[in-house]
Amino acid sequence: MTKKLEKIIYNNYFWVAIFLLPNFLGFLIFILLPVLASFGLSFTKWDLLGEINFVGLANYQNLISDSTFWKVLWNTIYYTLGTVPLGIIISLMLAIILNKKIKGVKIFRAVYFLPVISSTVAVAMVWQWIYNPQFGLLNYILSLFNITGPSWLTSTTWAMPAVIITSIWKGLGFNMLLFLAGLQGIPNTYYEAAEIDGAGSWAKFSKITLPLLSPTMFFVIIMSIINSFQVFDQIYIMTGGGPARSTSVLVHYLYQNAFEYFRMGQASPIAYVLFFLVFIVTLVQLRNSKKWVVY
Amino acid sequence: MKENKLEKTIIYIVLIIGGLTMVLPFIWMLSTSLKSLNEVFSFPPTIFGDKIVWQNYLKVSDRFPFIKFFFNSLKISIIVVVAQVLTSSMAGFAFARMKFPGKDIIFALYLATLIVPFHVLLVPTFILMRELGWVDTHLSLIVPSLVSAFGTFLMRQFFLTIPESLEEAARIDGCTPFGIFFRIFLPLSKPALATLSIFTYMGIWNDFIRPLVFINTTSKMTLPLGLASMQGLYSTNWPVLMAGTVISLLPILIAFLFAQEYFVKGVTLSGLKG
Repeated sequence: MTKKLEKIIYNNYFWVAIFLLPNFLGFLIFILLPVLASFGLSFTKWDLLGEINFVGLANYQNLISDSTFWKVLWNTIYYTLGTVPLGIIISLMLAIILNKKIKGVKIFRAVYFLPVISSTVAVAMVWQWIYNPQFGLLNYILSLFNITGPSWLTSTTWAMPAVIITSIWKGLGFNMLLFLAGLQGIPNTYYEAAEIDGAGSWAKFSKITLPLLSPTMFFVIIMSIINSFQVFDQIYIMTGGGPARSTSVLVHYLYQNAFEYFRMGQASPIAYVLFFLVFIVTLVQLRNSKKWVVY
Repeated sequence: MKENKLEKTIIYIVLIIGGLTMVLPFIWMLSTSLKSLNEVFSFPPTIFGDKIVWQNYLKVSDRFPFIKFFFNSLKISIIVVVAQVLTSSMAGFAFARMKFPGKDIIFALYLATLIVPFHVLLVPTFILMRELGWVDTHLSLIVPSLVSAFGTFLMRQFFLTIPESLEEAARIDGCTPFGIFFRIFLPLSKPALATLSIFTYMGIWNDFIRPLVFINTTSKMTLPLGLASMQGLYSTNWPVLMAGTVISLLPILIAFLFAQEYFVKGVTLSGLKG
């Protein structure tokens, strides 16, 4: 009886069509088709106006011999190395502190979360003003300690660190909240048992907190790296990729190729380099996670 | 006991310094927006100028229709969030509970696109929008975002955790999949729905590169793009620029003030599945 009913109701393609089809059509047209088209475009030369010409692997060859591309790729890695480890360490520290039973946790949590909800464009504009060499807030604060601050965003040395500081500041609250949730999932009894055995703070941190936090850590690291590879907004607003391309990153170069130089075909291989990077990170992390993530 | 007190003091000092670092840029933004140009370019800087200058705000809203930007952003965000939640949960239900040929292959396709960065899609989507004649209309920001592979995945995963026994009774009573979905699955999935809504909302509300590529006309701009376009006109007029930034941030800060718990819960849930 139930088997029969199940057959009528659940194997009915009418229902499958109603539930799946709207989504699947959108997926085909706006996700799968563009992914494939992007691949196709990478073998063509097109300025949006004239004819589309098939050029084989020329775009890829151009990219390999393009010194700007290598600079931009390095900048992306520099940005990621600058943002991810430091951002994770600071947010983990904050989460551990906030996890101790202290007053005003909610207020602190809200305060650290403010930059997260603010748009990157707004944040980037405020920081651009903070970094102003003569009248900005940062160099004024530094001058109180007798330090002469650099001309942050117009210096090839300091522009990237400036962008990195802004990004860390903006993303801190998000990671902190994830760590906080992870920490609250660790039963207190583990720490009590360790205390009875005479474990110190460091032992408790490295033997209990870190291993039990590893699933969260895994998630945060992957998401942070992937997000860093795709940075664009703050670079576009704060430096426009300058000075002298010192802050130009992959997505910025992709944007320029497509929408400033109108080289549609040349933009696609850059997109695929980005995809490749994300793919590698995901793969490496998935393999490594088996070794160090404790579930 | 004494050591405990010392530890607490250090903790509070660290938290307060950290908190100040978080808040100071916002205060600096607000104070700059209320100063005259002369006062801004004087050293050392002050938190409040000699007098409060409201004109910066008038100047901004004169040249830039921020109310229009706000309603553009609101319209686009609401439509996309509602549509994405609906399409994601419905397809998620089909993947979690229905049997049909090719299901595994189709789902694998969804999964495969999850790690494709959005920017891979940017140029082809632009070309598609151009062919459809949707460039410089809100359709270009709405239609390609109606469906999300991530949302579909998230909802499927959540639906899989709902015990089958719950729907069995309804099934025997002759309830259609439609009824089961709306009366059993959706009410049980409020946390997942809230997470998806908040993420989509924050993503669309703060999105910059898509409006930058697709929209040219000032009256059609969203808040972030409108703000960025101000930069061209008032490149070093910091009081006016900061007034614009304050106006652009106000709606989401107010929303956060009232719905803080939802934001926090939404983020927290997303991490748990990691």
